Amino acid sequence: MFPLVDTLGFGTPTDYVLAFLLGIGFGFFLESAGFGNANKLAMQFYFRDLSVFKVMFTAIVTAMTGLVVLSSAGLLDSSLLYLNPTFLWPGIVGGLIMGAGFIIGGYCPGTALVGVVTGKIDAMMSVVGGMLGMALFSETYGIPAIARFYALETEGLTGTITLPEWLGVRPGLVAAAVLAVAVAGFWGSEWAESYHARKTAQA
Amino acid sequence: MPSKPYFNPYLAGIGLGLVLLAAFLISGRGLGASGAIMRTVVQAEKAVAPGHVDANPYLSAYGGGDRNPWDEWLVLETLGVLVGGLLSGAFGKRIRREINHGPRITPRQRLGYALVGGALFGYGARLARGCTSGVALTGGATLAVGSWATMLAIFAGAYGLAYFMRRLWI
Repeated sequence: MFPLVDTLGFGTPTDYVLAFLLGIGFGFFLESAGFGNANKLAMQFYFRDLSVFKVMFTAIVTAMTGLVVLSSAGLLDSSLLYLNPTFLWPGIVGGLIMGAGFIIGGYCPGTALVGVVTGKIDAMMSVVGGMLGMALFSETYGIPAIARFYALETEGLTGTITLPEWLGVRPGLVAAAVLAVAVAGFWGSEWAESYHARKTAQA
Repeated sequence: MPSKPYFNPYLAGIGLGLVLLAAFLISGRGLGASGAIMRTVVQAEKAVAPGHVDANPYLSAYGGGDRNPWDEWLVLETLGVLVGGLLSGAFGKRIRREINHGPRITPRQRLGYALVGGALFGYGARLARGCTSGVALTGGATLAVGSWATMLAIFAGAYGLAYFMRRLWI
C-alpha cells in the first residue's frame, strides 16, 4: 500500500505539492519546539536545556516505529524507500565538522531556516555562512585527495546498509534497543535539567 | 505582545516524527534542509557563471547543462519549511527582528560566529552528504548505519568543543 507515490503512481507535480505540504509540517514543529532560537539550541551542549535531544529522538522513535510496524504488517514496501547510503569516514569527519559548526554558529541548516523566517538576524548569517561553506566544498572537490576521501567506502559498511543488516538481527530488535536508549536519554535529560535548575535557584 | 511558550519537546517530537513518517509513506523519502540550500548555491553560481557550473563535476551533477537545480522534491519541501516556520512563529507571536546571543558577547560578535559556524556546518554537510535533517533525523529513523555514525559525530563534535566555546553561550 505504501509508499503512495508508487502504489498510486502520481506524477512529479503532485509529489512536489505534497513535498511542500510536508515541509510546512516540518517547519511548523521545528519552530514550535523553539528551534528557531540559537540560544535554546546551544544549551543542549551545556546540559541546561536538552530539547534538541528530546525532540530529535522522540521524532526518530516515532517514525522508526511506524516504519517497522507498517513494514512487518505488509503495508509498506520498505525496498521502495530512499535509504541514506553509508560512506563511513566521510560521514564521521563531516559530522565532526558539522558539530563544530553547530557549537560555534548555534544553528543547523533546518533550524536556521525557521530562525530566518521568524526574524533572527543571526540565523540569516548562519544561512549565508552555510552557502559559502557549501560553495567552498564544491571548489575543494577539485582537489584529488578530497574527492577520493568523499568517495571512500569502508569494506562491509557500504551502500544502503542498515543497523539490523549489519548486526544480522531483526529490525524490531534494533528498534527496541533505540527506544530503550531514547527512554534512558529522556530520563537523563530530565535529571540534568532539574539538577541545573536547582543549582541556579541556590545561586 | 508576549510570546507564547514553546511546545512540550516530546509533543513537538511526536509531531515531527509523524511528519517524517508521512513523508516516507507518501513520497518514499525523508525530510531534509541542506540539500535545498546547496541547490540554491548552484542556482546562484549558474546565474553568474554557468560555464563554471558545467566545468565543476560536483556542481554540474546538480545543475550542469539545462538541468534546473531547483527542480527537486527537497527544494519544494524546504520552501514548505519556511512557510511552516512562519506560521508557527506567527501563532506563537515570536516573529521579531532580533539577534540571539550569549550574555558575554556582543550582537556583532554573534553575527561573526554565526557566519563562521554556518560555513563549517555547510562544508561538513556536503562532505557527509546531508545535515541533521536529511542524514541524522531521516537516516536515523530508517536505521542507516552511516546516518547513525554521522549523528554521533555531530554530537561528539559539538560536545567536544562546547567547553572551549562556553564564552559564546553561557
